[in-house]
Amino acid sequence: MPGTVRILVNGRSCDVPADVSLAAALLNAGHAAFRRSVAGEPRGPVCGMGTCHECRVTIDGVMGRRACLEPVREGMQVVLDA
Amino acid sequence: MPDAGASTMRADIVVVGAGPAGIAAAVAASGAGRTVVVLDASPRPGGQVWRHRDRASLPSVARMWLDRLDRSGATVLCGAQVVDAGPGARIGAEYQGRALKVEAQAVILATGAQELLLPFPGWTLPGVLGVGGAQALLKAGMDVRGKRVAVAGTGPLLLPVAAALAKAGADLRMVAEQAPPEDVRRFAVSLWRTPRRLLQGVAYRASFLSVRYRWGTWVRRVAEMGGELIVTYTTGRSSWAEPVDLLCTAAGLVPSTELARLVGCEVREGQVVVDGRQQTTVPSYYAAGEPTGDTGMEAALVEGTIAGLEAAGRGSGEAGKLKAERAAHRRFAARAAAAFRLRPELRERVEPDTIVCRCEDVPMSAIRHGWSGRQAKLATRAGMGSCQGRTCGAALEYLVGMARDTVRTPLAPTSIGVLADLASHLDESQGAS
Repeated sequence: MPGTVRILVNGRSCDVPADVSLAAALLNAGHAAFRRSVAGEPRGPVCGMGTCHECRVTIDGVMGRRACLEPVREGMQVVLDA
Repeated sequence: MPDAGASTMRADIVVVGAGPAGIAAAVAASGAGRTVVVLDASPRPGGQVWRHRDRASLPSVARMWLDRLDRSGATVLCGAQVVDAGPGARIGAEYQGRALKVEAQAVILATGAQELLLPFPGWTLPGVLGVGGAQALLKAGMDVRGKRVAVAGTGPLLLPVAAALAKAGADLRMVAEQAPPEDVRRFAVSLWRTPRRLLQGVAYRASFLSVRYRWGTWVRRVAEMGGELIVTYTTGRSSWAEPVDLLCTAAGLVPSTELARLVGCEVREGQVVVDGRQQTTVPSYYAAGEPTGDTGMEAALVEGTIAGLEAAGRGSGEAGKLKAERAAHRRFAARAAAAFRLRPELRERVEPDTIVCRCEDVPMSAIRHGWSGRQAKLATRAGMGSCQGRTCGAALEYLVGMARDTVRTPLAPTSIGVLADLASHLDESQGAS
């Protein structure tokens, strides 16, 4: 079994399995919406493979990263704009 | 020009995409003595069909090909997002936050397929996923235990996804295939020619026997109410609503052709045009698997092998023998496409205030019939957002026959620094060619 890593989501720490994608980790932590659209609607992951860009989050200060393409990493700081 | 943030690699052949087609291409080209670099945006090779966290969990054919890739000597860079391509066989990527330039003699496009996500009322709500999207997220660790899930879409992907969700502990409420029963039956009967596929279908269905599997049924709309998604299904004659936690819905797969279009390969009816050697209309660019419109993992493996051998200049021998096999896979793909063609009612679901471009929140009412993709962009910003029209471009092409706009760089958002490093690379190569 893989261990866990600790990530920070909007400043709150969250222990997640080490081998999941960030999108899966956020969904499992109860975040259905990852961002707000330009008109302010909540949006979450759709395609799971980097095509739709709906799962964009800020990771370690870098905006617009696709959570479905990012493996979780110890200490990763994630900001959801949702 | 020195740029500290960038690195350059040289290889005989660069393969874009590490799914079955890309893996087979890399194995074949390496086996023919060529140096190969494989680029893939995902954390591990395997593409969508062999996406995994633990290789031991994969079917034996997948493990065999991934092992071959490991032993091939090809350099496999996962997490490498291609953002640009220059004249000649030059590819620009973002890799580990920095610019990566790959200079090669040939490029093999094995960029796979994406889901056709068609707009309907409520399709932008969180919890509404693609069908393949659900599969991808499940494989990446999404927990669906106890969640009420509906799967609604079309084609051979529905059953394995439904089976995977059931196996993962989802409370599967509905599996809806939009194609009419007579077409699905005809397709199922045609599977006697490929008994392995028939048995596979039976096995998938057996894994969620207690769940309704309805043909000729599709989603009309979805609404969010008190934390639940209320899905309205229809058969055209009758409609009814049921609550779920997750709705997995799509209208099948379409080839991912952005990179092919960027470099100027001819794309006809959404498919990259290739000759018998898998070569595109642009010299030194080959394409294999889903981009050519030939669907499925078996076809991808054969086409990838042919492309790898041809790009390596070893096409006359082994590749020749594979061409009959490729023809058989093409016949199967054509039968599947005919059986699961999309019913016109799927077009009629979109309402004036339904968002069609999810990145820029452009409603259908803003789009004029007869516009080109370029006109829609200029007038409404549709297709100008983060995904660069990947979702709305394919949807509007299907809904109103809108011609896709030309592809611009970067193919995916990246930092200014990476762009600057890559731009100098491509300018240099332009000067050199």
